[in-house]
Amino acid sequence: MTLHSTGLLATLAPVHIPPLAYSAVLPPVIMIGMALFLLLLSAMFKRQPNTGVYTALTAAASLGAIAASLVLWHYISVRHGPYTAMEGAISVDGFSVLVMVLVSCALFLTALSSDGYLRREGVQGPEYHALMLLSTSGAMLMGAAGDLIVIFLGLEIMSIALYVLAGMDSKRRESGEAAIKYFILGAFSSAVFVYGIALTYGATGSLNLAQIANYLSKNVLISNGLLLVGLALLVVGFAFKIAAVPFHMWTPDVYEGSPTPVTGFMASVAKAGGFAALLRVLLTAGDVLRLDWQPMIWVLAILTLLGGAILALVQTNVKRMLAYSSINHAGFVLVGVEAATRQGVDAALYYLFTYTFVVIGSFAVVSVVGGKGDKAHNLEEYKGLSATQPLLAAMLALFLLAQAGIPFTTGFLAKFTVIAAAADSHSYALAIIAMLSAAIAAFFYLRVVFYMYSSSPETSTAGSMGVLRAQAALKVPATMAIALGLAAAFTLFFGIVPAPVIDFAHKATLLF
Amino acid sequence: MNTQPFPYLTTLVLLPAGAAVVIAALPSNAKRLIQWLGVLASVAVLALAVTVAVEFRVGYAAYQMISNHSWISTYGISWDLGIDGISLFLVLLVAVVFPLALSGAQVKENSKSYVAWMLLLEAACLGSFLSLDLLLFFLFFELTLVPTYFIIGRWGHERRSYAAVKFFIYTFAGSAFLLVGIVTLVFIHQHQTGVLTFNLTQLISTRLDLGTQILLFLAFTSAFAVKAPVFPLHTWSPDAYREAPAGGSVVLAAIMAKLGTYGIIRFDLNLFPRASVDLAPLLLTLAVIGIIYGAIVAAAQSDLKRLVAYSSLASLGFIVLGTFAFSSEGLAGGVIQMVNHGLITAALFLLIGMIYERRGTWSIPKLGGLQKPAPVLAAVFTVVMLASIGLPGLAGFVGEFLILTGTFITHRWWAVVATSGVIFAALYLLWAYQRAFHGRPNAENSKVADLSWKEGLVMLPLVVLIVFIGIYPKPVLDRITPSVDRLIAQVDREAHTKPPQFAIPAKQLPKPTDPTISTSSIRSIPSSRQGAFNGGSR
Repeated sequence: MTLHSTGLLATLAPVHIPPLAYSAVLPPVIMIGMALFLLLLSAMFKRQPNTGVYTALTAAASLGAIAASLVLWHYISVRHGPYTAMEGAISVDGFSVLVMVLVSCALFLTALSSDGYLRREGVQGPEYHALMLLSTSGAMLMGAAGDLIVIFLGLEIMSIALYVLAGMDSKRRESGEAAIKYFILGAFSSAVFVYGIALTYGATGSLNLAQIANYLSKNVLISNGLLLVGLALLVVGFAFKIAAVPFHMWTPDVYEGSPTPVTGFMASVAKAGGFAALLRVLLTAGDVLRLDWQPMIWVLAILTLLGGAILALVQTNVKRMLAYSSINHAGFVLVGVEAATRQGVDAALYYLFTYTFVVIGSFAVVSVVGGKGDKAHNLEEYKGLSATQPLLAAMLALFLLAQAGIPFTTGFLAKFTVIAAAADSHSYALAIIAMLSAAIAAFFYLRVVFYMYSSSPETSTAGSMGVLRAQAALKVPATMAIALGLAAAFTLFFGIVPAPVIDFAHKATLLF
Repeated sequence: MNTQPFPYLTTLVLLPAGAAVVIAALPSNAKRLIQWLGVLASVAVLALAVTVAVEFRVGYAAYQMISNHSWISTYGISWDLGIDGISLFLVLLVAVVFPLALSGAQVKENSKSYVAWMLLLEAACLGSFLSLDLLLFFLFFELTLVPTYFIIGRWGHERRSYAAVKFFIYTFAGSAFLLVGIVTLVFIHQHQTGVLTFNLTQLISTRLDLGTQILLFLAFTSAFAVKAPVFPLHTWSPDAYREAPAGGSVVLAAIMAKLGTYGIIRFDLNLFPRASVDLAPLLLTLAVIGIIYGAIVAAAQSDLKRLVAYSSLASLGFIVLGTFAFSSEGLAGGVIQMVNHGLITAALFLLIGMIYERRGTWSIPKLGGLQKPAPVLAAVFTVVMLASIGLPGLAGFVGEFLILTGTFITHRWWAVVATSGVIFAALYLLWAYQRAFHGRPNAENSKVADLSWKEGLVMLPLVVLIVFIGIYPKPVLDRITPSVDRLIAQVDREAHTKPPQFAIPAKQLPKPTDPTISTSSIRSIPSSRQGAFNGGSR
């Protein structure tokens, strides 16, 4: 009796739980559902099902998510228009659908390309696939988030799964090191991020991005220090996830230590999720403050572009080199963010979309060449690959040239759209620095290509003969061949006929 | 009956690209078949290019045979190809040089990939010369890098890796400015007109203030000056020319160098006439330095390939000189000199490749007395070398004479200094010839075989063309001059009117009576004063 009248509980309004709109979050729900199903499946049978079963189910889930996203796309683009669900916590618009399609594609390709790897390294059980599915669902939530708490939830779901994935290859010590490193620094950045959320909430009184934007457009803050610090901390949190210089320190070690297919997954999905949420926060909530955050992103972009390109020059380990190259790519996407226009968002999305295929393809080849034990990642191991594995070498050459931005690949158009966005918003210096960094980056992409295509018999020593023998013994599993074929076909076909993907990104931004 | 005109230009670009794909798909042990297919494909391209030349409407200044298809509509990018008098002969040059390079300089290993890369390179070169869409041009311009990189890097000589990377990075960095420049220009145009397009003919109408023009001019020119190469940006070229296999050197020097000068004429002059005129003294000075410097350094070379590389630098200097003279003669001379230099250096590099096959060296001191065992080789080399020096009656003379005349009218002192380059050219080429071919051959050199009939067959078309253009350049000039005159008239009009512009026909422009008024201004030359080569053709 007395409890009701005097207790603190009486002063609290009952927690209002909005109705769950499953249709709005169907793709992540499919992912999470499949993750749980895989775990159940392994518990149901006495004998562990084959890795292939998990791979097939994961691939099926990602295809299902793509299908669900496309249904959503049809719904919002033709019938309904963009809307928000669950009291504004989830926004269903072209942007979120594109991110969902993007990460589903990434998951599909990674699932196929890691099948052979898991068999080779003897990693068993459903955990690998379940974690990838969960991580993907986190990235999807980040793209679809309408408020800061959902972003944080997505970020954590994505990251925690990735920490474990990084340490999945328990036989290699580097893998464990990568996991610990990623976890400690990641947890640190999450703390910074939460602090940023708290300060932003303190300054604006809301966690919802649209409401923050609304508040800021109607009120002039006399002292906005709290808000600016909050925003800066949010950006730092994101900068960690997307590996922007100077928050990139973990990247080379984690990328090098993680199992190679996971590295490709990390480079595509974690970046896509991070950028999607960054774009949402800066362009929805922080739109009024663009003059405050643009210089910050400008500096971040230049550091990231040049840092990634220059540090990659001295790497002799291909995985590390690709890690730095992914930093350079993050710089390019930041150029699109800095533009702070619809075109910039458009360009950033297109860049992320095409980069996904290229980077997963690259790491897929690297995981094959790595051989048993995932060790052979030195440049020397690629010498003469064109002679022993012509198709594999041609694929890697294609992916690397696409990353360098060679015409008639998606890589060129990605750079072009970003540069166009920058030039349109008068960031000429940034555009030129970006292109010069691409010229620097071309050097190390070409070096790998050159190693693969140089095989002069007179220089072959005992060591290089060993390398050639090891290469000749490499096997490309059928699933891997499919993944590589798809990634290469996408890169080349949409490099020559780019209109469909460019229009997809364009429309997604219009429905933002 | 409504008959669609045959899409010559699109076919011209797609034919070699398609052939490259087909050849790449063939099994690599069918070596002879691949060689023949490669030559056959490039000869087919030549036939098509000749058809284009026949169909070409003489005396028509604007772009012809346009094929325009929307490609990336979101960004206003289209597949837009067209040809005019300036690009016609460069297209023909590409079509002539590639079959000769493919048949006259073959590689021993991995010939399948080599032939495929060469054909892809041909497609990219043709695409660059034909594009009327700025981004399409840029795509092809950049695409040339990949095959070239592989050709140098895989089939080159000792320091091929270094040369290939240096070549790639230099040109790629230059292109960085070009891309930003193109995009900037396009958005300025969009803000003015509301139309997002990369089409050259539409972008010409963009109104730019002088400062912007100069910045954009520099952005565009940095890419073209690297590719050409123009004096301070040339350091990649001797390495690339030397380390490339013979066929690669031929294409690099004969064709890809022209992409740079062509870009200057097609884009800089059309889009930024004011800036071109204002910055002409700078470019003229660099050109003259290139001429003199190239000649002096060439004289010091003991390596035939490097010698030709530096002499190319000098020749490219002449082309830039003619371009920025802003007179009809100068520009027409520049265009015809591009063709001539292409033919001459192609012949020189092919001959040097043949010498290398016999002797395994290009070092001039190690050669000597080659004339005795190989008289035909020596004779062909003499003709080509004399053409390179600029002997009247051979192709080189026509271009240099027109350029120097054209420059003398507008920029007297630059012409005076540049003329000394002609003398230097005679000096170093004759000296090199003397050391390599005259004298008594040593034991090794005396066994050198003469040109085989196959090699003779490869050299024959080049020699015939060099002599033909030298004696009777009228058919060439007839086709070049209308486009050149139109361009000069347009530059003239743009550079002398301040916006808003008035459409004054070039003929009505007041002509300065005293040629000493200013050296940096431009004049259109009345047709009666056109050079002797052009007599009565217009």
